[in-house]
Amino acid sequence: MSWGFLRDLLSGVNKYSTGIGRIWGAVVFMFRLLVYVVAAENIWKYEHDEFECSIKQPGCENVCFDHFFPVSHVRLWALQLIMVSTPSLLVVFHVAYRENREKHHNQKLYRNPREIDGGLLCTYIISLVLKTGFEIVFLVLFYKLYNGFKIPHLVKCDIRPCPSTVDCYISKPTEKMIFLYFLVATSCLCIILNISELSYLIFKYSIKCYLKRYMKKQQ
Amino acid sequence: MDWGTLQDVLGGVNKHSTSIGKIWLTVLFIFRIMILVVAAERVWGDEQQDFVCNTLQPGCKNVCYDHFFPISHIRLWALQLIFVSTPALLVAMHVAYRRHEMKRRFRHGEKIDIEELKNERIHIRGPLWWTYASSIFFRIIFEAVFMYIFYYMYDGYQMPRLMKCSDWPCPNIVDCFVSRPTEKTTFTIFMLAVSGICMVLNLAELCYLVIKVCMKEPRKTT
Repeated sequence: MSWGFLRDLLSGVNKYSTGIGRIWGAVVFMFRLLVYVVAAENIWKYEHDEFECSIKQPGCENVCFDHFFPVSHVRLWALQLIMVSTPSLLVVFHVAYRENREKHHNQKLYRNPREIDGGLLCTYIISLVLKTGFEIVFLVLFYKLYNGFKIPHLVKCDIRPCPSTVDCYISKPTEKMIFLYFLVATSCLCIILNISELSYLIFKYSIKCYLKRYMKKQQ
Repeated sequence: MDWGTLQDVLGGVNKHSTSIGKIWLTVLFIFRIMILVVAAERVWGDEQQDFVCNTLQPGCKNVCYDHFFPISHIRLWALQLIFVSTPALLVAMHVAYRRHEMKRRFRHGEKIDIEELKNERIHIRGPLWWTYASSIFFRIIFEAVFMYIFYYMYDGYQMPRLMKCSDWPCPNIVDCFVSRPTEKTTFTIFMLAVSGICMVLNLAELCYLVIKVCMKEPRKTT
């Protein structure tokens, strides 16, 4: 049970998505999931072991590390990936429900159970709104927890049992910052893609509705 | 979940590539991804642990390591491989869109090339030619950009044995020793050579596509 599950989920959702939705899936897979697994996990792997304070007082390093990194960047990143991919399950469930209903009643209830219209359109829009919401929430969380997206070389710590203000050095701060910016850039790209897809769907179905009403009036 | 999934995705693109494109994919998988995973990651695995400075000053090693290696070679190669593979996805998306269109036209009763739909191999012509050519162009650009970034960041492609560091909190100019410099230099030059080969293959494929189109044009006009 690992990231392979998320990968399968993303490819499953692909079938029911619009064109922009597929681009979103490709961006999440290539630039977020793959980068996380092959690069980011390794950078943050020994972050606690390599966190060094200029003091031999036992417990001081542990306490300082815990104070400055309540939740590690890499864990927040993983949570973000999971939360952002999960709303797509709503669409999968709705399509499965439609197909089940057709089987149960043994008749064609929908023109095409996979076509995005009616109830499925609402579900799809809700999933887009949730995805965008989660992206923004996590970006704000990163910003608030770590005072911006910078990672300092050095943090000053004076929490007990440290006897005075000690200097603590973070390992690989530049590399971590580069990947953090990469994460922020891809999140923003995904937010833009979600908003475009939302606008496209609302526009397309408003035009459809308007045309239907116009045809009815003509008749 | 790792490079294997990328392999599955790109393997799908293989069907629609030219012969040179297939050779490029093979070189990518065997000489770059596989070497990265089975060899290079081991060589760079202990890079910070075995980076040693001749001072006991806490924090000096961390700061010096960060100064000389803002981003590790391994991570740069991983990013390079991801960026270089991404244009192939454009082609895969375009092919999927074309097949979807053909099926739709077939359902509406229009005449289409059924053999092409059945064979699962789409000929590279029309808009797909442009997508394919652009993907090759972007691959070349990304390869060149990453090779330049390597050169610029590490002052060439050689890994020195010793680096002199005087960043705070190091008390004076300290000597810091890199672990396995010769092995790292060897792999850096190897990956550089394979990048070069991939660039040459991409250029050859681009020329081949252009020549193919130019050869067809006179036949059409005569």
